[in-house]
Amino acid sequence: MSNYDRPLSPHISIYRWPITMALSILHRISGIGLSVGFIVLVAWLFDAASGPDAYAVFMSVMDTLIGKLLLVAWSFAFFYHLSNGARHLLWDTGRGLEKSQANLSSWLVLIATVALTAAFWWLAS
Amino acid sequence: MAEFRLPRNSRIKKGKHFGAANGAANVRRFAVYRYDPGTGDNPRLDTYEVDLDSCGPMVLDALIKIKNEIDPTLTFRRSCREGICGSCAMNIDGGNTLACTRSIESVKGDVKIYPLPHLPVVKDLVGDLTNFYAQYASIKPWLQSRTPPPPDQERLQSKEDQELIDEPAACILCACCSTSCPSYWWNSDRYLGPAALLAAYRWLVDSRDDATGERLDELEDPFRLYRCHTIMNCTQTCPKDLNPAKAIAETKKMLAERKY
Repeated sequence: MSNYDRPLSPHISIYRWPITMALSILHRISGIGLSVGFIVLVAWLFDAASGPDAYAVFMSVMDTLIGKLLLVAWSFAFFYHLSNGARHLLWDTGRGLEKSQANLSSWLVLIATVALTAAFWWLAS
Repeated sequence: MAEFRLPRNSRIKKGKHFGAANGAANVRRFAVYRYDPGTGDNPRLDTYEVDLDSCGPMVLDALIKIKNEIDPTLTFRRSCREGICGSCAMNIDGGNTLACTRSIESVKGDVKIYPLPHLPVVKDLVGDLTNFYAQYASIKPWLQSRTPPPPDQERLQSKEDQELIDEPAACILCACCSTSCPSYWWNSDRYLGPAALLAAYRWLVDSRDDATGERLDELEDPFRLYRCHTIMNCTQTCPKDLNPAKAIAETKKMLAERKY
């Protein structure tokens, strides 16, 4: 019987996620989110350069609840990607790769992300 | 490519239930993945109630008891029952490990048992490891020396040199790590996976091996080595407490450092 006919054993649907796996996929998701966010950043700059009327339209869109939620999500994605990126740099030097260290640094990255996002919005408001 | 849904012929159906014998006091339920290539039916999840008062402490003990006393058609690999042969590697309670060293007591609730993830299933808990072994062979897991050995003795190593290969050489090739890795799930046709890369590292750091350059050349590839994104599932799941993630990071470092 060829492998082609054989069933594939279940994988993502049955695997219990270690925290490092969850943060790894979050790194990719936040990266994609930031790419989309950059389009909005360019729109913001473009409208600012186009004059007060265009800028007012942009600001009215972003001033809605959905707009504000997106801004919070983008800032969270930014600080997460930054913190976890710093962890990846450390890993690339061969450090912090023991199981206990990786689990601890996962929580540190999450705490740092929440703290930086909160500090950012506290300073911005 | 990442395909999150199982193919149509692989989706798991509800299976049979085997209740415990009357009078059993300490009953535990085991949900076990079943696939019979003879029928062509989809895989199913059978449940067995096992009396733990007459069963050994490990998950493998329960599987053997099921096969001996409840359902002789249940198929799984096992040999040494002491964590050194790697035969009984399977997914237990969501993590890849050896059934012989995982205690039933350490699992909360029903004990769910699947084959190692994302493999073609031969029967029940037996996955096809052909590709896994071919990848191991591809890293040339043997000593390659260019220099003749000393005429009057073996190729000696210092204690420190030996300690470098101590840990990576303790790998039993059970495939728990490779089949825990999402990168390996999506790209096992081109990504070597943590087990083969740990083995490659074992020869890279061997002071007696003269093929370090060629070995690094073979690994320097966007897929073979660099599909590792440090997800760390390999190290988290290794039943021998080895660290493939670190070995891969060290290999990437060796490649970066030899450029300068």
